[in-house]
Amino acid sequence: MARLFSDRRALIIAIGLLVLMLVPLAGEVFYTRLATRMLIVALAAISLDLILGYGGMVSFGHAAFFGLGAYAAGILAFYGIQSGFIAWPASIVAAALAALVIGALSLRTRGVYFIMITLAFAQMLYFLFVSFRVYGRDEGMAMKGGRNVFAGIIDISNHVVFYYLALAILVVVAWALLRLVQAPFGYALRGAADNDRRMRAIGFPTYRYRLAGFVIAGGIAGLSGALMANQSLYVSPTSLSWVTSGDLLVMVLLGGMGTIIGPILGSFAYLFLEEALSSLTQHWWAIIGPLLLALVLFTRGGIYGLLMGTSRRG
Amino acid sequence: MDILLLFEQTLNGLQLGMMLFLIAAGLTLVLGIMNFINLAHGSFYMVGAFFAATLYELTDSFVLAVPLAFVASACFGAALEFVALRALYDRNHLDQVLGTYGLILFLAQMARIIWGAEPYDIPVPAFLSGQVEILPDAPYPVYRLAITAVAALVGVALWYLISRTRLGMLIRAGASNREMVGALGVDIRLLCTFVFGLGAALAGLAGAMTGPILTVNITMWESILILTFVVIIIGGIGSIRGALVAALLVGLVDTLGRFLLPELFGPTTGPALSSMSIYILMAVTLCLRPQGLFSSAHG
Repeated sequence: MARLFSDRRALIIAIGLLVLMLVPLAGEVFYTRLATRMLIVALAAISLDLILGYGGMVSFGHAAFFGLGAYAAGILAFYGIQSGFIAWPASIVAAALAALVIGALSLRTRGVYFIMITLAFAQMLYFLFVSFRVYGRDEGMAMKGGRNVFAGIIDISNHVVFYYLALAILVVVAWALLRLVQAPFGYALRGAADNDRRMRAIGFPTYRYRLAGFVIAGGIAGLSGALMANQSLYVSPTSLSWVTSGDLLVMVLLGGMGTIIGPILGSFAYLFLEEALSSLTQHWWAIIGPLLLALVLFTRGGIYGLLMGTSRRG
Repeated sequence: MDILLLFEQTLNGLQLGMMLFLIAAGLTLVLGIMNFINLAHGSFYMVGAFFAATLYELTDSFVLAVPLAFVASACFGAALEFVALRALYDRNHLDQVLGTYGLILFLAQMARIIWGAEPYDIPVPAFLSGQVEILPDAPYPVYRLAITAVAALVGVALWYLISRTRLGMLIRAGASNREMVGALGVDIRLLCTFVFGLGAALAGLAGAMTGPILTVNITMWESILILTFVVIIIGGIGSIRGALVAALLVGLVDTLGRFLLPELFGPTTGPALSSMSIYILMAVTLCLRPQGLFSSAHG
């Protein structure tokens, strides 16, 4: 059974990768760009899966780190710093630092409090950026000078190159996270989610483990934000808003939380659905809303669970 | 600094605080009794305002429209609880968050379909439209005073209901031990529907009364929902008293922050700081008392 399990997962990953490798070959810029966006959002979704699916932390403010990463790249470009070698690490560091502060405060609480506090802190950052006149208030601002440059090593202003770079980053990060959750750190994180008191009793400083997970997730979301700023060449406070946080949560659950692979599938499915429905009707929220409620009420395990044959009715 | 302007802003802060109290009271009861996190609570505020707008157009009387909107919001909340939310009580918080998030999207879109994206204007009723000088040379709109007074009266009524009636006793008992109250033969489901309807009615009332001050539109619930959460975090889950104190605190800090901080820190840093002021207040509260100022029991 265990062998079948891992084989089926390998099959899903292999087919998924193959399809993703082939996308730009279709030659349609529209699809390449859409798929790039999906890859970038998937990166943010798997970072949320680390703390939600494995750490049991229901963060409703993950967009804060995504948006901060985007703004870090946008603001550096605004002041003429075009190099991605500076901008992308800066995005990661800015988001990770914010995650450190927000996490240190929020993780003092549990349950409903944690949900509301992460939401409130994310909204704080949202309103903060809305109040900056130089950075375009609620309108946001364009990435000055176009996409980041990498000292001539790669040229991401080419859509196909940028697509493959995003794909490579997603694969590497997903692989690293899958390793991380199997490592002692990952087990400690899961243990803290399952039974915090017992974990502390056997000597794990669970608060620190949680905080470390929160910061790692924040940093990855920051990188995703920097990529998104490059993809859309625009930075807006919407990227920080709570609707973005909610969408990320939905993607993780839709794909199957606590699986890393699942949220990737989930973000692809969600963005595809959004694209398809919003071209059909402008009232796509009226469709996705009840769908979401039904999803929560009647399914478990998400798309990944369905593919793996491990889903069960809840 | 203009002391009269400061006085006026303090009154505005109190008024915002009382509106926040009406909204937060319902949410904190639902959270406290049912341990149920309802993101769609802000929608009741919006729906209440839209009900008032429509009822005003139908009856042409604001005094009639507001109580009717109160009742309509109560029915709406109870119906929603009965149809959809009841199924989420036994779920974990993540499911509740996602389920009610879906509901928000749905309700926002339905409001857009039914009432349109254009904002509604409800005029201030004629007999409340003047200004009154509380202090010499400090004219203040009568309407704002009136709704603050109404909110205060509703607050007193709520206090009476919760602490002096049998129903309130059951609600309090439900907040501290739901299973036990159920085991003693109280229909806890009915109680939940009632509390939910009450919460929706209070939020709807706040929406209906705020209608003439702000414009009624389909995004009005967004900022208020977050403010309500901040109020509950500061006040402590399940505590009406906490909700009152925290709502007034948040209302005053937010309003006065917007007024004072730009004067103190200049036009760039000031707005940035004032937009963050209530969240800083929340963070400080969390550091000192992680369970809020007046936490009732579980979180």
